[in-house]
Amino acid sequence: MSDYLQMWKDLDMDIETHDMLCQVLPTAFGDTFLSMENRPESMGFYDFVVSEIHGIRPSEMIAAQAEGKKVVGTFCVYVPDEVINAAGALFSGLCGGSQFWVPGGEKYLPKNTCPLVKASLGARFDRTCPFFRLVDMIVGETTCDAKKKAYEILGQDVPMYIMDMPQMKRDIDIQKWADEIKAFAAKMEELTGNTITIDGLNDAIKTINNKRKALARIYDARKNADNIPISGLDALLIMQIAFFDDPARCAEMANKVADELEQRNKDGVSVFPAGTKRILLTGTPLAIPNWKLHHIIETSGAAVVCEEMCTGTRYFENLVDEDNATLDDAYMALSKRYMKNNCSCFTPNQGRIDDILRMAKEYNVDGVIDTNLKFCCLYDTERRSVEEAMNEAGIPFLGIETDYTDSDAEQLRTRIEAFVEMLG
Amino acid sequence: MYYIGVDIGSTCAKTTVTDADGKIYFQEVCPTGWSSVDTAENIRKQLADAGFDPKDNVVVATGYGRVAIPYSDKTVTEITCHCAGAVQLFGHQEMGVIDIGGQDTKIIEVEHGMVKNFIMNDKCSAGTGRFLEVMANTLSVTPDQLTVLAEGGSDTSISSLCTVFAESEVISLIGRGEKKENIAFAVVDSIVRKVASQASRMHLAGKPVCLTGGLCDSEYIRKALSNELKMDVETCPQARYAGSIGATVFARKLGAKKS
Ligand code: SF4
Ligand code: SF4
Repeated sequence: MSDYLQMWKDLDMDIETHDMLCQVLPTAFGDTFLSMENRPESMGFYDFVVSEIHGIRPSEMIAAQAEGKKVVGTFCVYVPDEVINAAGALFSGLCGGSQFWVPGGEKYLPKNTCPLVKASLGARFDRTCPFFRLVDMIVGETTCDAKKKAYEILGQDVPMYIMDMPQMKRDIDIQKWADEIKAFAAKMEELTGNTITIDGLNDAIKTINNKRKALARIYDARKNADNIPISGLDALLIMQIAFFDDPARCAEMANKVADELEQRNKDGVSVFPAGTKRILLTGTPLAIPNWKLHHIIETSGAAVVCEEMCTGTRYFENLVDEDNATLDDAYMALSKRYMKNNCSCFTPNQGRIDDILRMAKEYNVDGVIDTNLKFCCLYDTERRSVEEAMNEAGIPFLGIETDYTDSDAEQLRTRIEAFVEMLG
Repeated sequence: MYYIGVDIGSTCAKTTVTDADGKIYFQEVCPTGWSSVDTAENIRKQLADAGFDPKDNVVVATGYGRVAIPYSDKTVTEITCHCAGAVQLFGHQEMGVIDIGGQDTKIIEVEHGMVKNFIMNDKCSAGTGRFLEVMANTLSVTPDQLTVLAEGGSDTSISSLCTVFAESEVISLIGRGEKKENIAFAVVDSIVRKVASQASRMHLAGKPVCLTGGLCDSEYIRKALSNELKMDVETCPQARYAGSIGATVFARKLGAKKS
């Protein structure tokens, strides 16, 4: 990593502890990613971003702050990036994906809280993540109970703004979310001192739509039934980095990957031998650097060809209507798109089951693995309906619950290998 | 050419050798001990001494120590092997297989002789051989003796599923002067209930259910499980070798491909 020491000091980070993280990450990355063969060349950009993960993008954000721009941290794919972008601010997903931060979070939260929430709080309070240090404001949402309560604790240390998310998807809920987006826009104007105009918002919508379209092209290339042009691990990494990269650059880089994958599909260049079992992975988000399940699956004779997750399809599926006449129209257009997302926080949530059934077809999968982070009772409870639907459709199904530790890696491997053997 | 299945489980390692027709020539069980690598080497020597040197024959490894066997030609998980072994032993193409292992318990739904679905409890030792072992220790008897004692007991129960808490429950039962038979009964009852509750999540209704793994020798466990599941659970003395027998099935398939 280049020398970012001064920047980290300026962010009041715990340099010593952070050094430990900087030491383990390259090994973890090397072991999982660099050992894979025949990776797309265009992954070079993402490898570079990981190699400078706590340096390059934070330094860009700090440079933007020096010009008077604001940086906003988010925790959920329902928070509209378009509004942040239209206010001239930068956004960064903050979800923590490493066990490294979990003990820090456990100082503030009950042990039986999902590791994603624990890691996120740990990263902030232990002062070992520059993104968490540099943000001017964090936007939370009333999604799951774990996050809702954790935001109250986080709010004692950093300015927080909470969006009140509906729990159902009736028309009044969609209207309600549009109102929430409007209120959030006012908050963003206050934070940045900029006025959000309809032209600005329409432009932001296009920017984020372009990013979605580029990411969707990568996933489209993964649908090819006869060829697997990219490993699930690499695709996951692209998604994880999309959460904090500049949206225009994200689109540009993703389009480059998509070009390469489309060519690979034409030439029959696959990263896995013919006959490798195709897996749809569903469930809770896999925040960076959580690569555990993909790694186990892809070294057990199968390939992940799609993630029905927030770090996957929920991030880019569905576009927002462009060219809205008024701001209110635009807020409504945003609400409509975001409310098409199907997170387990909603009830009823048949839409998610339908999504999984559709994706199982579209991506030509041999089986579905549903994963949930330990102590996420929403996804855990919803598993029953997912499993029933898969049984009915005759799609082999395996449910897994895990956290960020490696202690269960061997048991997981046995189950996953057995599942792959079962697929024939 | 012989076909060798080696199943290194968490407590015992089982080995089976067959000819091309599946006729068994050699069968052996030994404790796994601390190191699967050492166990694998001991097994290699045993096999070589008996005239089945792994290097001249086809070896398939299974069990949690499957990767520790340097002379194996292939590894297959214990779930798939237990299914194949049970199909051989019991002759059913459709059935439920319950394998109560040392550290984990697997329930396998078999359809057309293949794994249709499975669950595995591997997060805690409730409902496993390990639970039985710990409680037998606390009662100063062997696991076998415990299951015999249990037959003469009744009307006592252990409520905790966690081995650590259950152990202190057993200790306080001892302290209260509860009869050993009754405590043994409660221990087996706890295992059987846990296994049955897992089995209830699988679709086993109307199908034969077969018990494999180390506890298959106990007639009392078989009966207790049958009562709890309200179906007649089958087993046979060979069932503890089911994993290694299943592994020989894959060794024969591999051998056929090779020649
Ligand atoms: S899982 Fe639900 S709450 Fe979590 S980021 Fe996704 S949409 Fe938001
Ligand atoms: S995984 Fe579940 S518990 Fe964790 S943050 Fe997401 S919704 Fe909440």
